[in-house]
Amino acid sequence: MSADFLYGIEVILNGLMAGVMYALVALGFVLIFKASGIFNFAQGVMALFAALTLVGIMEGQIPFSHLINEIFGTKIHNFGWEVPALLAIALTLLVMVAFAWAVQQFLFKHLVGQEPIILFMATIGLAYFLEGMGDLMWGSNIKTLDLGLPQGGSRVIEELSANLGGDDFYGFFIDKLDMVASVVAIILVLALIAFSQYTKHGRAMRAVADDHQAALSVGISLNFIWVLVWSLAGLVALVAGVMWGAKSGVQFSLSLIALKALPVLMLGGFTSIPGAIVGGLIIGVGEKLFEYTVGPMIGGATENWFAYVLALLFLVFRPQGLFGEKIIERV
Amino acid sequence: MQQAQHTTEQTSSELDTLLEVNNVEVIYNHVILVLKGVSLSVPKGGITALLGGNGAGKTTTLKAISNLLHSERGEVTKGSVKYRGEPVQRMDPETLVKKGVIQVMEGRHCFEHLTVEENLLTGSYTRNDGAAAIASDLEKVYSYFPRLKERRKSQAGYTSGGEQQMCALGRALMSKPETILLDEPSMGLAPQLVEEIFQIVKSLNEKEGVSFLLAEQNTNVALRFAHYGYILESGRIVMDGPAAELRENPDVKEFYLGMSEEGRKSFRDVRSYRRRKRWLA
Repeated sequence: MSADFLYGIEVILNGLMAGVMYALVALGFVLIFKASGIFNFAQGVMALFAALTLVGIMEGQIPFSHLINEIFGTKIHNFGWEVPALLAIALTLLVMVAFAWAVQQFLFKHLVGQEPIILFMATIGLAYFLEGMGDLMWGSNIKTLDLGLPQGGSRVIEELSANLGGDDFYGFFIDKLDMVASVVAIILVLALIAFSQYTKHGRAMRAVADDHQAALSVGISLNFIWVLVWSLAGLVALVAGVMWGAKSGVQFSLSLIALKALPVLMLGGFTSIPGAIVGGLIIGVGEKLFEYTVGPMIGGATENWFAYVLALLFLVFRPQGLFGEKIIERV
Repeated sequence: MQQAQHTTEQTSSELDTLLEVNNVEVIYNHVILVLKGVSLSVPKGGITALLGGNGAGKTTTLKAISNLLHSERGEVTKGSVKYRGEPVQRMDPETLVKKGVIQVMEGRHCFEHLTVEENLLTGSYTRNDGAAAIASDLEKVYSYFPRLKERRKSQAGYTSGGEQQMCALGRALMSKPETILLDEPSMGLAPQLVEEIFQIVKSLNEKEGVSFLLAEQNTNVALRFAHYGYILESGRIVMDGPAAELRENPDVKEFYLGMSEEGRKSFRDVRSYRRRKRWLA
């Protein structure tokens, strides 16, 4: 096999793994949008906030320490302990559930029945509030997230695949962290699908997505379902934040992963979980392949805009997205 | 002897009042007065019909009872609703469903993207009595609606209007209700289907002991199946009585059943009659 072809395969593999991560972020949007019709602008910041909280808890940072020191003239920063990764993840998850509850209790509960644009505006406000909150709680310095996940290229794959090609092919370079992230994302997605298809609360979640009034009439508590949905979105944000944070550090730019999810949503449709997954994969592979094949001819850096161009094409020809909901109407 | 005892028990239980609506006033959006003091009661084991034309306030009355008004910016501003003697105005729909009162909304409102069976199962959301009990109730619902069993795996949005009505009613049954507030089951259905649905309501009432409060525009059918009727006109009860009496009442015959002993009347008389009645009320 020619080396070019093999490198092409490597690009596709890397694209698929990047795509899984995009899909993961997009999934957070889809969950909330489906169940409540809210386009959650804050999803990216939720990922940042989750990663910040995780690092803070692991390192035993005292939340709001700057504020406390300022007011009381103390000089405390750390509890002086370190929390093991798994426990810290569980605690962070609790924080995200508390956040979900607070969002429902203090914000969206009072906006029931409002126009979608107002709900959208509320999430923009929420995004900036949460960003400030993250800074206030954990400080604004760049942090490294070390969960002990494997890093760097996988030797095994490189050596195993090295003799596939000729002398100028040295084997596939696959990042171990990317592989771990893909596996985790796939497990999470399968778990979410199983939850929404086969459990009572999952069914109720889909019922609420279909018809709020009818869900209310059979005794489903909208409040509870919305807290549940925001908690799940928090879980997705946590996983996305952890994986991206482990890769490129926990800092403000982490919240921009939301921008990667937008084209995925346009492609896959805002209401479809399979759409988010397939959309993510198409965008991941598409942008990597485009960068690999066409990129060198036009000076590279195509990854920033390629996804959006692809999404715009989709908007023109298939506005409901790849798997967007077919509109069922009976007269 | 045993027979006699059974009948006395039945008559005494029939006199039990389940639901009592007392002088309820409902205002939408803080300004639109829709119900102007509605009082009615629903006895245990009965089918009570709430009749009236478009905009009379039937749906609002049902929603005032089931507390679905809040999400539509409606509010009960006066009066009281009691279920088994307990005030329920402030309860959320969830608590009421647990107490055995469930509403089947006008226009069916099935969950379109869920299958028929999933729709039915959402009805059991508030129950805690275990999967076995729920499964056996599901079979019971299928025995009342064999058509739903055939279509159990299809998406509810793609089923016919009649099937959706059955699905909505079956879904309510899955909550093990004591009282069903059934809003306009005949809407948009062919006459045979209306008949079929009402027959099922009747047998649910007789065999399962479910009490019904039934809002209906189709006075003819409703009075044939109901035991007692209330007639609602622009937010007020203007007449009530046992269904058999209402059916024979000349005014009801004329205005709601389209029959008259003196032949067809002109519309002018109808209007003046309504105006006079409103002054009296």
